[in-house]
Amino acid sequence: MFAFIVSRILQSVPVLLVVALISFAMFAYVGDPVSIMLGQDFTEAQRTALVAELGLDQPFFVQFARFVGNAVQGEFGLSYRLSRPVAQLIAERAPATLELAFCAAGVALLVGVPMGVYTGLYPRSLLSRAFLTFSLIGVSLPTFLIGILLILVFAVWLGWLPSFGRGDTVALGWWNTGFLTRSGLKALILPAITLGLFQLTLIMRLVRSEMMEVLRTDYIKFARARGLTNRAINFGHALKNTMVPVITVVGLQLGAIIAFAIVTETVFQWPGMGLLFIQSVSSADIPVMAAYLLLIACLFVTINLIVDLLYYAVDPRLRAGRGKGH
Amino acid sequence: MAAILEVRDLRVEFPTRRGTLVALDGVSFSIAPGEVLGVVGESGAGKSMTGAAIIGLLEPPGRIAGGQVLLQGKRIDNLRYEQMRRIRGREIGAIFQDPLTTLNPLYTVGDQLTETMLTHLPINPAEAKRRAVEWLELVGIPAAAQRVQSYPHEFSGGMRQRVVIALALCAEPKLIVADEPTTALDVSIQAQVIALLKRLAREKGTAMMLVTHDMGVIAETADRVAVMYAGRIAEIGPVREVVKNPQHPYTAGLMASIPPLDRRVNRLAQIDGAMPRLSAIPQGCAYNPRCPKVFSRCAVERPELMDAGTTQAACWLHAKAMTDA
Ligand SMILES: Nc1ncnc2c1ncn2[C@@H]1O[C@H](COP(=O)(O)OP(=O)(O)OP(=O)(O)O)[C@@H](O)[C@H]1O
Ligand code: SF4
Ligand SMILES: [Mg+2]
Repeated sequence: MFAFIVSRILQSVPVLLVVALISFAMFAYVGDPVSIMLGQDFTEAQRTALVAELGLDQPFFVQFARFVGNAVQGEFGLSYRLSRPVAQLIAERAPATLELAFCAAGVALLVGVPMGVYTGLYPRSLLSRAFLTFSLIGVSLPTFLIGILLILVFAVWLGWLPSFGRGDTVALGWWNTGFLTRSGLKALILPAITLGLFQLTLIMRLVRSEMMEVLRTDYIKFARARGLTNRAINFGHALKNTMVPVITVVGLQLGAIIAFAIVTETVFQWPGMGLLFIQSVSSADIPVMAAYLLLIACLFVTINLIVDLLYYAVDPRLRAGRGKGH
Repeated sequence: MAAILEVRDLRVEFPTRRGTLVALDGVSFSIAPGEVLGVVGESGAGKSMTGAAIIGLLEPPGRIAGGQVLLQGKRIDNLRYEQMRRIRGREIGAIFQDPLTTLNPLYTVGDQLTETMLTHLPINPAEAKRRAVEWLELVGIPAAAQRVQSYPHEFSGGMRQRVVIALALCAEPKLIVADEPTTALDVSIQAQVIALLKRLAREKGTAMMLVTHDMGVIAETADRVAVMYAGRIAEIGPVREVVKNPQHPYTAGLMASIPPLDRRVNRLAQIDGAMPRLSAIPQGCAYNPRCPKVFSRCAVERPELMDAGTTQAACWLHAKAMTDA
């Protein structure tokens, strides 16, 4: 078990290095940070001083090694745009994105799985058909359009929910949470639905098809022949087997939710990492962009690891090492 | 003694777009307590369909369109799902063909056993656990006390079928429907599993409907045998009689196509042609296009089961004897 985790972590090192290289390459070849930071008027002395300070006069691999070394310590330098440490900027914005992603994933799972189970169990019912039609809409409409439509209906026409921002937040140490205020919670609803809708429909369709597949298997037929209750069969035997592949996809989708938060955060002016990233792109703020990319990569790696562990916990066939079988 | 199971004139239909297919037609037989009824016939004859109809698990859109199924004298073919569920596993146990796929891979065999027992028997979980170990011992799984905690993939095919047998028997049903329980197993262990099944059925007094392609198994295990053809019973009678002295031309053809154990033959007799599809069952006797003894009446009228010496056969060759008697 421990060896498994260690080996998985080691496997992810090359992936992270490649992403680091890409982020770093942006530094080296995109834009000219020095002129951006100095503005219009500067002396040649100021310029060389800044180049030396940023380490831009060093050879490529020295710069890269330094970049990686710093990154490992959470050190990404100063934002060109705001002249503040990147790590600090990201730490400020992370809670907003994580809370949004958490709620979106919650919506996707808590609504998507039951809808998938229902449509899998009763594929012919009217409600199932309605769910499927709805899911088609969810899949085919682009996220920003859904966000704008929601804003139009619930913020502009009905006036029930705010159309942008995070509402009031409460600081718990360095973590600013929107969960503890009324306006914070209200502000979460529309962005969370917007961000979670695509994953919701995806999870619903996946659970549905897996469920239908599992219900056709011999072990479900045998469970019926043993006279087990429908409840035990549908929500025990069938659902558990359905969840094996669903876990993987949901895990990957969680990563995708955080990555796709960029669009939703832009539509709702949600002060998270995605919005920070978009603002950085428009002002060529490369340290922030690089840090964001690396962070997302780390996140995917971590989520994958957790997914593997969950898989391992759910499916006894993967625990072969522990087996006493033939 | 009164029959455990009685099937009367059972008819199973599959409504399809191109009309209704009749998968079983006029199937009647009974099984006495402790008796083993073998069921044989070519692929597609309706053997599995008969078993599925009895346990109430026909795959939709298949449905019982006529006739009755009686368990200990009570009709079970018209029960609602929940009532029938209480009978499945408790009164009628089922064993399927492929032990590699009939066990849920995510549950330990112990959990599957205790779950079945707790569903049907008034016992507590501790008692169910104790009995689970006992059942594994009974079906011959070594180190049963440890193996209850194993998952299906940790057992070989033969061992898994033993687990399946334990699962089918653990709520002590009075009837077992075993659909080709050894077909998927290694030839070397088929005999062991059949012997186990037979021994347990005898010890517990369980009656059994044993579907198989293996006439050797039938000869050794069954008391009576039913030969099915195109959704009907062609012949039914005591095993010895049906094997040694078949009265229906189809049974005779079937027996001739079995390699005798005591001598080598270069070519087996084959029945010419194939069994008709459900959508194209011939008029009169369904076997008439293939039958070597076909005569005028066969293509016109359909023969029902009639007395044919020591067995019953659905064949006009035996009609004369009937009218004479
Ligand atoms: N879902 C279905 N729809 C229509 N016909 C079906 C369906 N399932 C089975 N049948 C038909 O019913 C007939 C009986 O099938 P059954 O499975 O009982 O045969 P069997 O005697 O068990 O054969 P085997 O030895 O291959 O197991 C076959 O002709 C088959 O094609
Ligand atoms: S009824 Fe006629 S066709 Fe059918 S089995 Fe008997 S002899 Fe052959
Ligand atoms: Mg079959």
